[in-house]
Order: sequence, then structure tokens, then C-alpha cells
Amino acid sequence: MKLSKNALISTKSNKKLINFLVIIAVYGIVQLLIFLGILGDYYQVTLAMICINIILAVSLNLVTGFTGQFSLGHAGFMAIGAYTCAIITKRYDSPLAFIIGIFAAAILAAIVGVLVGIPTLRLKGDYLAIATLGLAEIIRILILNFDSFTGGARGLGSIPQYTNWTWLYIFTISTIIVIKNFINSSHGRACISIREDEIASESVGINLTRYKVLAFVIGAFFAGIAGALYSSYFYYIKPGLFDFMKSIDILVIVVLGGMGSLTGSILASILLAIISTYLQSFAELRMIIYAILLLLIMIFRPQGLMGTKEFSLSKIFNKKQAPHENSAS
Amino acid sequence: MAEFIQQLINGLSLGSIYALIALGYTMVYGIIKLINFAHGDIYMIGAYVGYICIKYLNLGFFPALIISMITCSLLGIIIEKIAYKPLRNATRIAALITAIAVSLFLEYTTMFIAGATVRTYPQILGNITFKPMEGVIVNIQQIFIFAVTIVLMTVLQFIVHKTKVGKAMRAVSSDKDAAQLMGINTDKVISYTFAIGSALAGAAGILVGIYYNTINPLMGMLPGLKAFVAAVFGGIGIIPGALIGGITIGVIETMVSGYGSSLYKDAVAFAILILVLLIKPSGLLGKNTREKV
Repeated sequence: MKLSKNALISTKSNKKLINFLVIIAVYGIVQLLIFLGILGDYYQVTLAMICINIILAVSLNLVTGFTGQFSLGHAGFMAIGAYTCAIITKRYDSPLAFIIGIFAAAILAAIVGVLVGIPTLRLKGDYLAIATLGLAEIIRILILNFDSFTGGARGLGSIPQYTNWTWLYIFTISTIIVIKNFINSSHGRACISIREDEIASESVGINLTRYKVLAFVIGAFFAGIAGALYSSYFYYIKPGLFDFMKSIDILVIVVLGGMGSLTGSILASILLAIISTYLQSFAELRMIIYAILLLLIMIFRPQGLMGTKEFSLSKIFNKKQAPHENSAS
Repeated sequence: MAEFIQQLINGLSLGSIYALIALGYTMVYGIIKLINFAHGDIYMIGAYVGYICIKYLNLGFFPALIISMITCSLLGIIIEKIAYKPLRNATRIAALITAIAVSLFLEYTTMFIAGATVRTYPQILGNITFKPMEGVIVNIQQIFIFAVTIVLMTVLQFIVHKTKVGKAMRAVSSDKDAAQLMGINTDKVISYTFAIGSALAGAAGILVGIYYNTINPLMGMLPGLKAFVAAVFGGIGIIPGALIGGITIGVIETMVSGYGSSLYKDAVAFAILILVLLIKPSGLLGKNTREKV
């Protein structure tokens, strides 16, 4: 008995160690490639887009994939984050202001998330989707009209560039870890039970509104961070970047990767970025090919690439070492 | 007062167009519970087909209208057969993503073929205006919009309430499985629904072309969303609801840009939508359905 418990602990710490090492290794390798100049500017931009898309997709997956609340307004929260951070760093140009800007962006997006979430999350299915879409459009139109702050349709330019690979990586990894731990906590279980059956979970005492809003607010918080990183990396933002199509793009990543699979979202973000980089040479045909691919994937694999499964590195390693321990973990 | 009436007339013409598009949304949603995001793009295709007919084939308004309606209804049937039929039993979100993919496909294919430039619509109806009152101007385009909308609505009411197809459509929308058990070919009914809805969108496309004079490949996006708002506003799945919703949204939008700020006109439709959803989610004419365990 004691032995098996020890084995369990060692697998767990082993798992953590492997994950930790992989995380550090990926960071180190990319940093080295950037330092040596092997990874050119073009690929660095793609890399930044991958990181930002991972943050957006993972946070939307919490709302849509795990809690089952169909949101089409994620770009609205991203826009709030992007503008908040941009306005702060434009006024006080320092690395500290950038950090404050990111957190202000996230908190403001979360506050808007509460305000938006409490009334709209009573709605279900398509109605919720269309209401969140409407709210995101309203956010965008408000940004468009407050041109003394936001520059209106012309957008905000010359935002100080602080986002680099290190910041992107830190925030991407922390987003994944926070959301993964949330899903594995009792709150996360409550959210998953809401997705599975609202009435049943309500009857076992889960406060539906509370958990829906909680998931929504966490999603908004990270979307705000993604927006902040975006504005500080590309140093130019305009309201048109955060329209309804942006929300759709994020949703496509989530559905493609599999709703309810965090690793699926990560995989899909990387895959779509690669496809889009590869299709760049086709110019006009790019969107047509993208649409056809999307159509084919939905027809032949509507559950997404990963379904609800998760991919885990430590599982692969453990399988090689001791397959019987897998069941214990 | 004259200004108010003028705005009301402008609002009604815009609203009629929204109503025509909203009908397609509401009929499709009523039958297969799908937000057909590609519907706004079918309307765009309708406008382009009309453009080709008038500009290159030198046809008159009515032949162009009929050709564009037929083309759109065929397109609607093809889209349903290729993209939506394989997904009939898939999750709602998969169907929705498919609809978005179809929408992107139509937009960018048109852009690829016709170019991204904004095109000027030929002025086929001339520049005739009427002055029913001091300070109120009604132009010939608006009269055509009203006339075409009223005729199409009457025809639609006739189809839905007096014909066998219409009866089958109503049966399928109230209970698909039961309708199938009664020997109704649901696939055929769904095809008819797409055909009729798309034809109405095609008509709306050509009307918008002659009213606003410009068309472009992305013109369907925003009116498509607003028409969906109109359908939800009136109660989705209910045909008179789409008509009322479309006209209300059109009038309010015109009033806001006339008396307030035109920058906020796009926000208004969505603000109305959210209010409706919060106060009466089933829409103006919708019935409340009770949730059963």
C-alpha cells in the first residue's frame, strides 16, 4: 500500500518535472534561435501571433468548450485590453507601465466581463452567441466613437513596443497553467457539469449563474491580457482589428482543436498559423482555401482535432518507462 | 413634421430590405435551427447577379430581379446540399462554423472573381422623384422597394399558408420527427425553404443595389447580422415577426442617424437586440416555451 502511494507521488513529481523541463527547453531553444538570428522577423511575428492566439483560444475554450456557453464576443474583451494597455503605455512610457498596463487591461476586461456576463448568461445557445456578438460590436463602436482617447477609426499608432518573446512566453504558459488548474479544481468541475447538463447540475446545488459568470470573467481577463500583448507587440491598433471576424477566428481555433481540450487549442493555434503562413503566397486565394479547409474539417471531423482528449508529454514518457503506473495517475 | 415623415419613409425602405433578408434567416432557423451566416452573402450574390444582368446583358429591372432570385435560390439549395446536409446531426456549433465557412467562401470567391473594388450600380430606374407633401421626397427606387416587398410578402404568405409545400414547411418546423413519420420528405422541404429564403435575399440584394448605388463583396456582412437581429426581435421562426422586426430595426436605425449621430447607427441594432433578449428572449411575437426536465 505504502509502496504504491510512493509510486504515485513519484509519477506525479516526475510528470511535473518533465513538464517543467519541456517548458524551459522550448523557451531556451526559441530564445537561442532569435539570439542567433536564425528565426527572422517574419517568423517572430508568426510566433507572437501563435502565442496571442493560444491565450485567446485557451481562455475562450474555458467559456465555450468547458462551460458550454457559446460566446461570439471574445474580440470585444481583447479590444478593451489592447486599448487600455496602449493608452497607459503611450502616456507613461516605461517597462513598469507596461506591466501595470497588462494588469489594468486584464482587470478592466474582467470588469466588463462581469457587467456583460450577469445579464446575458441567462440566455442559452444561439441567443447567447448572438447577444455576446452584439455586445462585442457595441464595444467596438464605442471605441470608434471615443476618438479623443482611442483615435477613432484611424486607430492608435506608435505604441511603445515592450512585448517580446519572453513576455509572450511567460503569459502564454501562465494562462495555460491557470486555466488547466481551474478546470481541475472543484470550480472547474462545476463548470464542466454545467456544460453536460444544466438542470442536473442545478439540482445538485451548483449555482449556475455564479459559475457561468466566473468562467466568463476568467475568459475575459485572459483575453484582456492577449489584447495588451498584441497592442504592445504590433504598436498599432484600430477598431477594425477587433470586429466580429476576429471573434470568429478565435472560435474557429477552439472548435478546430476540439471543444474541451486545452492542448487541442494550442495545437490548432500553431497549425492555423502555419497554414496561414504557408498560404501567404497565394494572396487572394488564401481565404478561399481557408474556407474550404474549414468546411471539410467540419464535415469530416466536427468534434475537432482532439475532441475532448488532452495530449500530455509525461504520459508518453511514462508509457515507455512503466506502463502500469499510468493507470495509477 | 415633414422631416419626421421623410425619415420614416427612408426608414421604411431600409426596413423592407432588412425584412426581406430576415425572412430567409427566420425560415431556415425555424426549420433546422441553424443561424445561416451565409445568408447575408447570398444577398450580396443577388446584388452582383443583378448588376451583371443590367450592365452587361442590358436587361430591365424585372427580368434582372427574376434572374437574380432564381440564381440565389439555386445557390441556396446547392449550399444546403453540400455544406449543411452532412452536418444535420452534428453539434450546433459545428453547423455554425460551417455556415461561417460558407460565408467566407462566398465573400472571397466573389472578391477573387469580381475584385474588391466598390462598383457603381447602373441607374436603371432613372431619377424620378415625387413630392406627396411639402418637404417630403419619395424617389422611384423607394416606391419599387415597397412594391416588390409587398408583392413578395403576399406571395410568401400564400405559399406558406395555402399550398401543400407551405403546409409541409409548417409541419417540419413544429416537429421534424413527427412530420417525417407522417410521410413528409423533410429533405425536400428543407431545400424548398432554402430556395425561398435565398430568393428573397436575392431580391433584397438587387433592391439595395438600385437604392444605394454601390455594391462590394463584403456588403452582406453587416446587413446580414442586422437582419438576424430583426428576426430575433420579431421572434425567430415566425414569418410576420421577421417583417415587423425588419421594419422596426430599419426605422429606428434611420431615426438614430437622422436625429442623433450616424456613427452610432450600427450600435443601435445590437443594443435593441440585447434589450429584447433580456426582456423577452422569445421575441416580440414569440411564445414562451417552458423548460421540461
